Amino acid sequence: MACEAAGVAAAVRAAAAVVAEHRVELIDLDRAIGDGDHGENMNRGFAAVVAALDSAVPDTPGGVLKLVATMLISKVGGAAGPLYGTAFLRASAKLGTVEAVDVPALLDALRAGLEGVQARGKAVGGDATMVDALIPAVAAAEKAAEGGGDVAAVLTAAADAADTGAESTVDLVPRKGRASYLGERAVGHMDPGARSSALLLRAFAEAAR
Amino acid sequence: MSVGIVLVSHSAKLAEGLAELAAQMAPDVTILPAGGLSDGSIGTDYDEVVAATQRADSGDGVVLLYDLGSAQMTAELAVESLADPSAAIVADGPLVEGAIAAAVAAQAGQDRKAVAEAAAAAGIPDDLAPAEEAPADAAEVELELHNDVGLHARPAAVLVRTLSEFDAEVTVRLGDQEADGHSVLALMSLGARQGDRIRVRARGPQASAALEKAKELVDGNFGE
Repeated sequence: MACEAAGVAAAVRAAAAVVAEHRVELIDLDRAIGDGDHGENMNRGFAAVVAALDSAVPDTPGGVLKLVATMLISKVGGAAGPLYGTAFLRASAKLGTVEAVDVPALLDALRAGLEGVQARGKAVGGDATMVDALIPAVAAAEKAAEGGGDVAAVLTAAADAADTGAESTVDLVPRKGRASYLGERAVGHMDPGARSSALLLRAFAEAAR
Repeated sequence: MSVGIVLVSHSAKLAEGLAELAAQMAPDVTILPAGGLSDGSIGTDYDEVVAATQRADSGDGVVLLYDLGSAQMTAELAVESLADPSAAIVADGPLVEGAIAAAVAAQAGQDRKAVAEAAAAAGIPDDLAPAEEAPADAAEVELELHNDVGLHARPAAVLVRTLSEFDAEVTVRLGDQEADGHSVLALMSLGARQGDRIRVRARGPQASAALEKAKELVDGNFGE
């Protein structure tokens, strides 16, 4: 099963709904170790994405992701804007003009998204950032694909691994972003960016089923 | 024409205030604030940063400075989106000191790479050195500051700007401290006040002309 532009747009809308639903949770996570704006920023960004999709849905999956990138970059206002924006932009570029996302294209897009986040934020695994959710997610997606999983199965494997990865940030000392100023004092708190990454992947996985 | 400067901050007030401060030392440089979100809240507005970068470019390119991590990412993303990304540089320096150093370098007609380097170097606290004995080939004058504020921001900027026109290495000495005569921040950190006597030392092909001009500035109270 492959996913066309309309399906990708539906998955993005589902992600926007999840972000809205978890707005307060993300705010609370960020308030503990950052500046408390992550939930608000993500919600503002995805609300803008939905508004843009309401007026026109691009023809290709890559086009939809590019619209997501543009809106997040313009509207989020915090670090998540350029980070997620770059991820969606790179994924979009990787998809190019393909009509539908199959498993190999999905893997390419996920890898490109992770590379984009790392290029922009310069974070590596263990820094207690969204990268700690995304690295295991991409690895799990690759493994699920090798095992013959379809788009939904690959995304579900990615979301499961991202959940575990986000949990792992609780015990880490942050080395990037606002939380790094707290050092050891941030230990015991989940990174809000890792949490939002896991939420987005879960929303995409549910939408693909 | 000179390199333009864009100040990317989470706060509109911070960016505007800093642009005002830096403009005082670099009257001919386009220095644009890009702070806060369009609704007035705290954050960095990508669209505004892109627009400011385009407006600040009069042909010699732009140097962008930022306050905190996400502002850096927004600035880098904005530069990548330009038709010619090599026209702009995101400088890695402290925002306030870096903006002043960049503004003065741009005012002196330096290119964007040099302006970005000036901003980055503003974070390195080695501008003041213990004064050494004058080398044999150096010329020196002793000058008394009569102007109200001493070697404060604007006079220091005027001095640096003037000295940059001469092919000479210049240092300024107060007591046992010595500052690079081409660095506004170093000159300011000497803390030379009204009534203090500074010793200006120069070497190089135009050393004596540089000293003459420095004397003229000090005697004329930096045009105050």
